[in-house]
Amino acid sequence: MKFLTEYRDPEMVVQYVKEIKAITTKPWTLMEICGGQTHSLVKNGILDMLPKLITMVHGPGCPVCVTSVSVIDEAIYLAEQPHVILCSFGDMLRVPGSKKSLLEAKAEGADIRILYSPLEAVQLAKSNPDKQVVFFAVGFETTAPANALSVVHAASLGLNNYSILASHVLVPPAMEAILGDDENTINAFLAAGHVCTIMGIDEYYPIAEKYKCPIVVTGFEPVDLLQGILMAVQQLERGEYKVENQYARSVQREGNKMAKETIQKVFTVSDRVWRGIGNIPESGYEVNEKYKNFNARVKFKINIPLAEENKECISGAIMKGLKKPKECPNFGIQCKPEHPLGAPMVSSEGACAAYYHYASADEVVLE
Amino acid sequence: MSTKIKMNISCPMPKFDFDVITMGHGSGGLLTHKFLQSGVFDILKNDLLDQQHDGAIFELTGKTAFSTDSYVISPIFFPGGNIGDLAINGTVNDIAMCGAEAKYMSLGFIIEEGFTMKEFWEVLVSIKNAADKANVKIVTGDTKVVEKGKGDKIFINTSGIGMVHPKANIHHNNIEEGDVIIVSGNIANHGIAIMSIREGLDFETAIESDTVNLNHTVLRLINTFGNDIKFLRDPTRGGVASVLNEIAELTQLSFYLEQSLIPLNDAVEGACEMLGLDPLYVANEGLFLAVVKKEIAQSFLTSLKADENGTHAAIIGEVTHTNPGKVIMKSRVGGKRIVTYLTGEQLPRIC
Repeated sequence: MKFLTEYRDPEMVVQYVKEIKAITTKPWTLMEICGGQTHSLVKNGILDMLPKLITMVHGPGCPVCVTSVSVIDEAIYLAEQPHVILCSFGDMLRVPGSKKSLLEAKAEGADIRILYSPLEAVQLAKSNPDKQVVFFAVGFETTAPANALSVVHAASLGLNNYSILASHVLVPPAMEAILGDDENTINAFLAAGHVCTIMGIDEYYPIAEKYKCPIVVTGFEPVDLLQGILMAVQQLERGEYKVENQYARSVQREGNKMAKETIQKVFTVSDRVWRGIGNIPESGYEVNEKYKNFNARVKFKINIPLAEENKECISGAIMKGLKKPKECPNFGIQCKPEHPLGAPMVSSEGACAAYYHYASADEVVLE
Repeated sequence: MSTKIKMNISCPMPKFDFDVITMGHGSGGLLTHKFLQSGVFDILKNDLLDQQHDGAIFELTGKTAFSTDSYVISPIFFPGGNIGDLAINGTVNDIAMCGAEAKYMSLGFIIEEGFTMKEFWEVLVSIKNAADKANVKIVTGDTKVVEKGKGDKIFINTSGIGMVHPKANIHHNNIEEGDVIIVSGNIANHGIAIMSIREGLDFETAIESDTVNLNHTVLRLINTFGNDIKFLRDPTRGGVASVLNEIAELTQLSFYLEQSLIPLNDAVEGACEMLGLDPLYVANEGLFLAVVKKEIAQSFLTSLKADENGTHAAIIGEVTHTNPGKVIMKSRVGGKRIVTYLTGEQLPRIC
């Protein structure tokens, strides 16, 4: 597959690993932001190839993982209303709310559909005028433009039976929350390539400067990740803290102008509770006043009591990079993908699920 | 693979005095009688079925394999096949994985009220063609109709029975360190074909299900290689990873795979990338995994590759003792990881 195989080239991987080993003189802790990056590192066995001095910790960049219990409860509440069709991306369905998951609600009879695009939900609303169609708009900046576009599109069609339950989260405020934590141990970030494809990289300069922390915008394939790690370690070894762009084939400094405009048209920045971390000011998107008729929270006057998270789950510490999944006493014992205590074990992109499914890398004894 | 079974012109739909199947057709009364006589018995005709008894009476001698499976696929028509050939091939293949050739089958329909005769006929023709191709007789059956909304067009159950090949000795207990793992073709085709039509995804290259009967292929191999074939399994639901995990757990041996050796069609690989699915967990139909003695691995592969159902066959790994009970895979870039069981359904991810 063109544009993929060249970034999975085993020879280049070996070459980058060699270069990283050659320049690393001190222990460094790097955090990759995005769950997609975590999975690629683990799935390809890259963690085992890195020099011992480099520790990769896995960031909060899995939208499924950070969606709060209360928001899942809201989605379930909506799905259980008569005449409502709740549409969602697939991997939200298994995440446990305070009482059940959407998958369980579906089994009990709620009309829940898995879609690949919010525009399909608009189509569904158009062809089901007697139903209320709600799209569960989860995700980072990456999925926000398409979700915003669905609202614009529904408005232009004059639909009054389409709305979204927005639970968007934003990367830069989360990075600041992690760097600002007293216990922070992160020396450098690999920023999420896809988020930056939309938003550009300007937001990262003040963060790199304020916390003296190198930030390398990085892609998702093995060669991307190793090149990103190399660029970050080069900076650290030289005592620099710049914003660099490894993923230049996709990311431009200003981002995607049209996508950003669509986001601004529909969303407004709001506070957001992150599962495992808590409230982070100005870290999410909510539907703005102009499009309030498309905001499911307004339309259905949802009033769900705030739910408590499972106290045994240390997902907060994991997503801040303070603990590795295997340092959790419940990992793989009480907490497994089939009965998760917290979201990082549920989502296909969660750090705990990645370790559970793919890694156990240090258990692999061969040759 | 030239296994597409389309509506056969030699089986034109008879003239029915009804277009859709109703509750009455499953009542056991006159409508049921008319329904069965109007085509079902005719098309599946054979000496045992023609007796129209409560069950089939026949003789079998020697070691026998017996298996059953239910088919509830949606959509019922998909690129490369439909629920009809799937229901025959699936059970025929389960029997083949026991080292046996299915001889007789039962066929049970659960039909949702309102299902059209046109679609039913198309399914039935596929059943007939698949059964002929696999050389298996449908000797007993049942039809039930459920109310609208209580089913999903049509569900089919088939059971099969047949004699085990005298040279076959298929059991996980036979697997030893050093044995070689072979897959009979490209993985993940069926699951992706179904998903692409279910989700309305169009790919540049049409991806077709690989549903096909494997009994002739497998029995030929057993005839040549006998008990040097240690284990056979068709990796249907849960895919290749789930089957290997099951046998790793049962044998407490380690199954070591090399990702670069696993055959995968470009379009399927692309679709998996796009949808965020791991092809190792995607369902297959006309595919099998074989664990064979190292000494015969190459000639087994050559022989399999010469078969119409094994063109893309490949050696994908070996059995070792390094990680008892685990499946290990060396990634394309050289890293190693454990391949675990699939938890629940593979769900497409957000981004």
